[in-house]
Amino acid sequence: MSEPGKLDAISSDLLKRAVADRFNGEEMILVPVLSVVLALAIGAIVMLATGVGFGSIGQSYLALFTGSVGSVNAISETLTAAAPLTLAGLGIALGFRAGLFNIGAEGQLILGGIAAVAVGFALTDTPAWIHLPLALLAGALAGAAWAAIAGWLKAATGAHEVITTIMLNLIALRLVDYLLRNPPIQKPGRADPISQSVLPSAELPRLLTWIDPNLRVHAGILLVVAAVAIVYWLLFRTTKGFEFRAAGANPDAARYAGMRSGLIIVLVMATAGALAGLAGANQVLGVLGRASPGFSGGAGFDAIAVALLGRSHPVGVLLAGLLFGALQAGGREMQVAAGVSIDLISIIQALVIVFMAAPTLVRATIPWVFTKQVGR
Amino acid sequence: MAMTDTAPLAKADIELARRRQKKINGVILLCLAAFVALAFGATSEGDAVFRLTLPRDAVKIPNLVLPAAPYAYIVAALLAFFGIRQFLRGGGRSTNVFLGIGLLLVVTAFLAWATAGKSFSLTGMLESTLVRAVPIALGGLAGVLSERVAVVNIAIEGMLLAGAFAGALIGSVMGGVIGIVGAVAIGGLFGFILAALVVTHRVDQIIAGVAINLFVLGLTSYVSSQVLTEYTWLNNAPVFRPIEIPFLSDLPVVGPVLFRQNLFVYGALIMVLVATYYLFHTRTGLRARAVGEHPEAADTLGINVYRTRYINVTLAGMVAGFGGAWFTLGSVGRFDEGMTGGRGFIGLAAMIFGRWHPVGALMAALVFGFADSLQQKLAILQTPIPSEFLAMAPYIATIVLVAGLIGRARPPAADGQPYIKE
Repeated sequence: MSEPGKLDAISSDLLKRAVADRFNGEEMILVPVLSVVLALAIGAIVMLATGVGFGSIGQSYLALFTGSVGSVNAISETLTAAAPLTLAGLGIALGFRAGLFNIGAEGQLILGGIAAVAVGFALTDTPAWIHLPLALLAGALAGAAWAAIAGWLKAATGAHEVITTIMLNLIALRLVDYLLRNPPIQKPGRADPISQSVLPSAELPRLLTWIDPNLRVHAGILLVVAAVAIVYWLLFRTTKGFEFRAAGANPDAARYAGMRSGLIIVLVMATAGALAGLAGANQVLGVLGRASPGFSGGAGFDAIAVALLGRSHPVGVLLAGLLFGALQAGGREMQVAAGVSIDLISIIQALVIVFMAAPTLVRATIPWVFTKQVGR
Repeated sequence: MAMTDTAPLAKADIELARRRQKKINGVILLCLAAFVALAFGATSEGDAVFRLTLPRDAVKIPNLVLPAAPYAYIVAALLAFFGIRQFLRGGGRSTNVFLGIGLLLVVTAFLAWATAGKSFSLTGMLESTLVRAVPIALGGLAGVLSERVAVVNIAIEGMLLAGAFAGALIGSVMGGVIGIVGAVAIGGLFGFILAALVVTHRVDQIIAGVAINLFVLGLTSYVSSQVLTEYTWLNNAPVFRPIEIPFLSDLPVVGPVLFRQNLFVYGALIMVLVATYYLFHTRTGLRARAVGEHPEAADTLGINVYRTRYINVTLAGMVAGFGGAWFTLGSVGRFDEGMTGGRGFIGLAAMIFGRWHPVGALMAALVFGFADSLQQKLAILQTPIPSEFLAMAPYIATIVLVAGLIGRARPPAADGQPYIKE
């Protein structure tokens, strides 16, 4: 037997072991499923510890299930909740890919929402096919501009993006508070901070009203699908995307290859901000119809978890966004049906993230489910 | 480190950036001069009266009286001088000093403008500055301790919140002192969990931190709404009163600010000193820093990298737990959902701002605390500026400072990277 033949046999054996079906199945399916199961189990323990009876626990998890995927309405709620998380998560994931930790999605999101509301009520007598895109564009641009400040500061002076985005979040929060309390954004005749309502021509149309007029799922989810595809294409199919990833993976190598790091930073931040701004616009134009303090519901912060859970891959972010959306929608149902506080959902989300990020922990907790593996 | 790194630039780039930064600083100073002259000098009249004695003080000293408008013009002239000098000469090492002094002058001019024709308790504001700086300083210190051994600590916010919750719950049942012990222990527990996740299970450090934040927020809010609303006696903790240090507390200005505070303020100051000594003047501290800068080398020299990381991150958690207890045992005596309100993240900023040094983090925390209390007190003076914009000012100032004054702060070299022993 010749040498090359022998080598071939060895290498194919090695390859088989590396990409064996079972191995893949465990990593890609078993670990995520078990992560959710384990998280729910620990959630049940928390409920037990706080004096919730077994019956109520069963009832809560049943409600969590039916409230997230149990009916057309539940699925509609899940998709509605997933949309802003996925959009903002995509932006944060893009930053991660380029080595930037953008904590500022929340600020970008609320400013995007305000800008979309402003365009949404200010342009009267505009046909929907102009008005809606303009409102969305305003949201994206506001988010992009806000994020670009942090990008520019980093590129020009080296100011750390973690500090600047935290500060820009806090500034945006105060700015939105101010805008909501003063004309022209504030609704005339109101003393409390609330914006004018978005005109029908700028609303994201609801998609399933022909089944039931109460279904809230709106055209924003089409926007989400498009955004996932575009970010995927941008990251993995374009030169700019390659530069983004190169800057994140090895900034020195990227610079030696002639890429302009400053420009890349600003572009990445602006794109991330545009996505977060769209998430805000999506909320006000699709769900709320106006803006009020706290209208984001913390989506900009949850989106960080979504991006991490999705391993900064566009498709992963979409799946993570759907999971978080389902937990949120189900959590509301749980609170109503079983009287268990929706805060339990945060605990479950945190545990899912931990278990997904630490497969060894899942293996250590329930070792009998896995086939034996040599070493680690 | 992977995600929070300041991308290292080539030498030429840095040189260019430095030169540009000097010019930028000059322009900033000139703009500030114009701003002070137009906004403060031209619009104020009368004297600003700063009260230096609090009603309870033993020794009374006279008030500080400044004529507002002339003072603003003097400040503007000084700023213009600094700015022109900076722009033309690019003042080398003194660049940062001048920008720092300049900003301080602007703040005083602003105060004089806001107080013109009224009176304002300067000592009272300084006192509350220190109080408000406590959780931020302790959060920043927790960040320093763990990042010095190369573990990025996004979880400070969660650790503060856990400390606040444990302090309220345990303090209500078993008294304030046990409450603090409990808060420190719970903070340490979350520090240990963070270490276990990132060191043993090699979870990405940022993911682990975000997960801990989310978990603590969820758990404390859940227990709060599920249990504490029903059994309110579980959320009714004693509050630590200020301790007067004999003689020193009678000094004017300094007395009330430094020597008439509660346990948490003294604790924070002592911890900063101890941590500085530990990190920079002891053998263990040197080893800890070696683990943060070059774990391979440290390992080769026989330092147990894993154990060092476990210990320091757990310590960081304990410090943050103590800081968290401030929210409940040190101020209001009860826990509210999400009551830390992002102080942990500001602590993180204070850490970076303070260049990964305990004293630096404390100084940065004082800046935030000052801004925080300034905003509070200015509400009383009724300035024509909307309160939202006043609230923004410290954050804008931070950005300006980080961009101009600090520039490229350098984190520990191995920050954020897991270490895998061969």
